[in-house]
Amino acid sequence: MNSVSTSDQYPGIEPLRPWAITRQARLKNLFRSFVFAFVAFVVTIITPLANIDGWAVAFLLINVAWVVGQTSRSGSKERRDAVLRVVFTSLAVLAFVPWMSIFVTVLLKGYRAIYPGYFFSDMRTSTPEDEFNIGGAGHAIVGSLIMVTIATLITLPLGILSGIYLTEVRGRLTFLVRFIVQSMAGVPSVVAGLFIFTTVVQPMGKYSGLAGGLALAVLMLPTVSRTAEEVLKLVPDDLRSAGYALGARQWRTAIMVVLPTVKSGLITAGILGVARVIGETAPLLLTSLNTNGFVWNPVGGTVASLPTYIFSMFMYGTEYSSSRAWTGSLVLLALVFGFFVLARRLGATAVQKVKTDSRKARKLKNRS
Amino acid sequence: MSQRIENMTQQNADTSTPTRHQFDSGAEFRGLETRGAHAWFGSHHALADVSLRFPERTVTGLIGPSGCGKSTFIRLLNRMHEFIPSAAMAGEVLLNGSDIYDPSEDPAAIRLKIGMVFQKPNPFPAMTIRENVLAGIKLAHLKRDNHDDIVEQCLTRAGLWKEVKDRLGASGGSLSGGQQQRLCIARSLAVEPQVLLMDEPCSALDPSSTLRIEETIKDLAEKITVVIVTHNMQQASRVSDFCAFFLTDGGPGYLVEADATRKIFTNPTDSRTADYVQGKFG
Amino acid sequence: MAAVNVVTTPEPRKMVVVYSRADKIFRRIVTAGALTSLMLLGLIAAFLIFRSSGIFREFGINFITGTEWFSAGEDPVGGATTALADADDASVFSIGPMIVGSLVVALIAMFFAVPLSIGGALYIEFYAPRGIYRALVSLLDLAAAIPSLIFGLWGIQVFTSMGVRWATLLNDRLGFLPILAVEFENFGRSPFVAGCVLAALVVPITTSVAREVYSRTPRDLIDTCFALGGTKWGAIRSVVIPYGKSGVIAGAMLGLGRALGETVAIYLMLNLVFDYSNQILDSAGGNVASMIALKFGEATDKELSALIAAGLVLFVITLIVNMIASSIVQRSTPRA
Repeated sequence: MNSVSTSDQYPGIEPLRPWAITRQARLKNLFRSFVFAFVAFVVTIITPLANIDGWAVAFLLINVAWVVGQTSRSGSKERRDAVLRVVFTSLAVLAFVPWMSIFVTVLLKGYRAIYPGYFFSDMRTSTPEDEFNIGGAGHAIVGSLIMVTIATLITLPLGILSGIYLTEVRGRLTFLVRFIVQSMAGVPSVVAGLFIFTTVVQPMGKYSGLAGGLALAVLMLPTVSRTAEEVLKLVPDDLRSAGYALGARQWRTAIMVVLPTVKSGLITAGILGVARVIGETAPLLLTSLNTNGFVWNPVGGTVASLPTYIFSMFMYGTEYSSSRAWTGSLVLLALVFGFFVLARRLGATAVQKVKTDSRKARKLKNRS
Repeated sequence: MSQRIENMTQQNADTSTPTRHQFDSGAEFRGLETRGAHAWFGSHHALADVSLRFPERTVTGLIGPSGCGKSTFIRLLNRMHEFIPSAAMAGEVLLNGSDIYDPSEDPAAIRLKIGMVFQKPNPFPAMTIRENVLAGIKLAHLKRDNHDDIVEQCLTRAGLWKEVKDRLGASGGSLSGGQQQRLCIARSLAVEPQVLLMDEPCSALDPSSTLRIEETIKDLAEKITVVIVTHNMQQASRVSDFCAFFLTDGGPGYLVEADATRKIFTNPTDSRTADYVQGKFG
Repeated sequence: MAAVNVVTTPEPRKMVVVYSRADKIFRRIVTAGALTSLMLLGLIAAFLIFRSSGIFREFGINFITGTEWFSAGEDPVGGATTALADADDASVFSIGPMIVGSLVVALIAMFFAVPLSIGGALYIEFYAPRGIYRALVSLLDLAAAIPSLIFGLWGIQVFTSMGVRWATLLNDRLGFLPILAVEFENFGRSPFVAGCVLAALVVPITTSVAREVYSRTPRDLIDTCFALGGTKWGAIRSVVIPYGKSGVIAGAMLGLGRALGETVAIYLMLNLVFDYSNQILDSAGGNVASMIALKFGEATDKELSALIAAGLVLFVITLIVNMIASSIVQRSTPRA
């Protein structure tokens, strides 16, 4: 129901927020923060406290001193509350700073080697020492995509089937499946790589993209399986009841009622799995290594991938090569974030769809 | 008891039927009072123009069908309304003549004077019974050296002392629903408020616990002011000295009538009040 | 001749589900899929155990407690992987220092990560302006997705100078403590600096879990704290922190598991030195994961088995840590 417009019945009455911080007070706080920042800067010059961490310590101490002074006339509970507010804010800032630093560093150090051809060239005809417009990471990107595709082709069906087993079929192996999947989620990535090394690389006699893809699959399967199970669990039983009430058998209900509802959720599960493994380095160091050119045959030999490309560029040790490593990092980070945003977008629609579909199902059930 | 009500009714005869702008601003009124109180959630106008007086040491019941703003109103009285991010208000809420929403007032100090008991009993699960009672004192950093006395006094006033005096170290969650609610009342009393607000305190309890708490409320009113939101009209008629009837027409909730309980239930001024107390709706 | 009507409760009928043929096929396919996952993953565990059993039989507990890793079969010239079986008999494999190294660097990381994540989680839930709440939570998720390799790069090129400053300070002021003493003032590739970078890696995980737990604190308990005249810190201390205690511990265990298994960042940041050391500021250390990555390339067959054994030990440790975490979560869930 729409409420009557205030101005009609009660002229002159405006909603107020007397408890809120006024804009004036907010500006004053901001100005004061700048003053404190400057004072902290001065402190770093004249005292042994130096560099950005010294400045941070000085800034923190000034804020604490200010807050203690402000509440000196109030009771101990206000003082403690105010000081702890400063403390928690600082802890949060300290927690966030490394990641912001990483984002900035990757951008600043990475953009230098980017040029349009970067995504299409490889390092076959160039050394890490060359100018930036020679050579690129196209081979690494392609390699990563090939291996991730192999991993996805294996894990997505298996993971979805496991999820369906755990939620719909619920047979006698349920506990075992869930237990094993959960345990293997904790496999250290290097151990997965070691496993594939001894079971695939050595018998085959060579490193390969297939081996890399398999190692990634090992890491991806628990994630996809677990997410698939959670997404399927989200589907309320109302929906399944509606299917059964209409006379559908279990398989039909599962395939035609439950799965379409969570289609985007399952795709999200896959994308999240991909986002997780595309940055894995350790398993690839043991299975697919790195190479300089485009490789299209997964079993042809070593394959480059973004992580191993970055790694080898970095280990090369020169300034140019580490710039290339940063550029590779920029591409990798952009890919990971892109997948994440995609998964988030799809995940939101998945949840929304489950809600609307279950509402429809409930209506259907009540009617029949 | 009824004589006291008669006297008060006489005193407040002029102002017991609230309309706008009818208070003499220099009035020497002791107690809790609102003047033209409005409440919003974002752009949704939830409560309009409520002017009420809650005289000292009385029990006032807020009655009316659900959705007419009683809970919103009661949260205006101890500045809990502002915790909702989109909340806004207008008007004045005065405790002994001074506006509790004045920017110079500390909300935490206001809430020490105006306490609240919630609908669902919620003792702190991680604390013992004794710690629960003293929780308010600890939270407010009040200096008291007689903790044991305070625990005994508050539990006695809340009607719980006899039942728990031998197990003060038990967890707060080990009590029954009615006992938990009385523990919450004792907890609120420990900080010595002048006013106790109760938002449907018995709606989650069984009838015998409800009656015990109603007795407790009547005892409490000897010392403090009580404002109680209730859906249960029989409860309102049993427990309160005054009643305020709220209603909504689909828009903001508003006050229809406020008067001595006996009058509201036997001979109300407004026909809508009469319909409600006779059970014709709500 | 009145017939006595004895009313007895009838036996419950057995309800059997009869699946149609299509359903049976469906169930078989799904079960096959689940079984495949099960077998695949179980196979890995089985393989690890099988392949490393020889090593355990030969060295016993000394594999974990000993201090030597010497591969006699390695050709020092060409690093060939073929070796005479006899020569390999002289090999000695043990991972003691690496286990300790894993623990040391992980514990340093948790030492920094736990306060940061509790503080960060409390800030996001209770102190941050509501407008940026969603943004902060998303930022947290994105940070958790940053590949550890990039943490390693950043650690070396950006953080090390700051880490060295802190290490120098610690060594100057508190160097009398044996753990903070050094022989040579070379702090750049020390467990301390590596632990700091590992902390930054672990913080998103633990902060996400802590924040999730704190956000589930019952609102009316918090409201009650305010209604009693308490401050925000009072509410946090009395209600939020006790309520979230087990969830936060579980999150910390998750972070610990992550830190124990980290390979690349440690590989890049630590000099692998095969020796027990209690000097966290000294540029020496290592962990099991980075050792595997370092040594697998030129490993003989026997050394490979030893590496697998090491991997198994690491896996078991992280498994135990994760299980403790999930059991804590399970035990505390009914209460909420």
